Amino acid sequence: MSTKDTQMRADAPLPVLLPFRIEPTRLGTPRLAPVHALLFGAGLALFAGTAWAQADNAQLPPLEVIVKWAPLLLSGFAFNILISMIAMAIGTGAGLGVGLGMISENPLLARICWALTQFFRNAPWLVLLFFVMFLVPFQVTIFGVQIPLPDWVKATVGFSLPVMANVAEIVRGAVRSVPSTQWEAAESLAFTPRQTMWRIILPQCVKRMLPPWMNLYSLVTMATVQASIVGVSEMLTLTAQVHTAEGGRPELFAPLYGFALFCFFLYCYPIDRFTARLERRFHIR
Amino acid sequence: MDVIPAWFKDLYETTGLNFTVFYDPYDWNRYVDGVRMTVVLTVSTILASLLIGAVGALLQGAPSRIVRGAINGFVVLFRNTPPLVQIFFFYFGIGAILPAGQDQFGLRQPFIDNVDWAIIALSLFAGAFNVEIFRSGIEAVPKTTVEAAEALGYTRLKAYVYVILPLALRVCLPALNNNLVNLLKTTTLAYAIAVPETLYAVKQIWSESQNVFEMMLVLFVTYGILVGILVWIMHRWEKSLHIPGYGR
Repeated sequence: MSTKDTQMRADAPLPVLLPFRIEPTRLGTPRLAPVHALLFGAGLALFAGTAWAQADNAQLPPLEVIVKWAPLLLSGFAFNILISMIAMAIGTGAGLGVGLGMISENPLLARICWALTQFFRNAPWLVLLFFVMFLVPFQVTIFGVQIPLPDWVKATVGFSLPVMANVAEIVRGAVRSVPSTQWEAAESLAFTPRQTMWRIILPQCVKRMLPPWMNLYSLVTMATVQASIVGVSEMLTLTAQVHTAEGGRPELFAPLYGFALFCFFLYCYPIDRFTARLERRFHIR
Repeated sequence: MDVIPAWFKDLYETTGLNFTVFYDPYDWNRYVDGVRMTVVLTVSTILASLLIGAVGALLQGAPSRIVRGAINGFVVLFRNTPPLVQIFFFYFGIGAILPAGQDQFGLRQPFIDNVDWAIIALSLFAGAFNVEIFRSGIEAVPKTTVEAAEALGYTRLKAYVYVILPLALRVCLPALNNNLVNLLKTTTLAYAIAVPETLYAVKQIWSESQNVFEMMLVLFVTYGILVGILVWIMHRWEKSLHIPGYGR
């Protein structure tokens, strides 16, 4: 504990609480031994075996169903990732603009950007998705050229709206966290406000914005499955279709949705851990 | 009290803005039932997730390695998978395997219906986040305070309930506030398993009356008000629990 902290605690009338921060839980990487593989294999065999015993002999056991349909399901998962990346790209671009607008000197612009952020941050993602799906036409005509807007494009736009609002908050928070002496120093060196922002403040902000930004990306990836509710054929939609194609047996639900959970876990968990590492590294006290 | 319906009827005839919920009692009732369901979902999941968070944070400091590992696994798993898939997994996956009774027509009548499954799934999802939030608060309680409690003869559980948790709660309220607002927004996902909450009710209304835009506005305002109420309550709570000398 630094002397500054001790000082602060001694000054407080009730020195009962330490400074705190939330650090994501990390599961230690287990050390795998051959016995684990054996146990895993035995578990799988038991799992498949019981399902096999329940099912008729003509039907595939759950594990084989997953293996059989894995290419299709994984292509759906890749589609989810594609949607999340595009939504993140659009949202980050727009959010940077809105976030800088929120801290601009112009009170009207700041007000508008603030209202925009609050609106899109406080509406549920699914509601925003419906909003875009129903109110954006299925094709637009620009200069006489008809551009069709397929469902997945609209869904992507729908996801980029909350991303925009959240990125705007991240940008605002990061810019506010830069010490005001930096602004003054830049001013004394005769930088214009624009130069100060782009060449001095924002480069310092990038590393502060990175962990929350990655957190947001992980949230977006997990939100993309909501597109299945409005009929985009991504992983969850395909999972339901595969289930129907395999005869709609009730015991297939758990393995199929479990597989979807597993895929998302494999993708999001490394991001989560990396975010935690960056957070520790860039932590400002 | 006919002023409001009359005004909205007039609005429809003059401008074409068709807010059926405000003049059609049938739609109004459906809408109010939807909001009521959202409130029921929110309140029950908030209470359950707070309980999960408090118990989980206590067990995270348990002496047994297996218990600690299990709690960590639970948190990591639920944080990194989509809540919608979790709901589907519980409702279809586990709900289909569990035994079920029959109603008077001989149809399958599960003992845990879709509303219950939505509450269970959402509580577990938000609870996983709450575990971490509570843990961050517990870490902020100095070891000396815990030792003092032990010296006064508190058992581990009693020290947790009477000393550590009250202090930790005050620290993590802002983060908790965030998570609970998020939880309120996540309740819309119950739409996917046909829980008649606000989004579901509004969707039914707009598919019958063809007034998507107007109902969208109603939907946004509804969630805005609900979030506003929750934030107001949390801020009141935060203020009433405030420790003098910390923050402003």
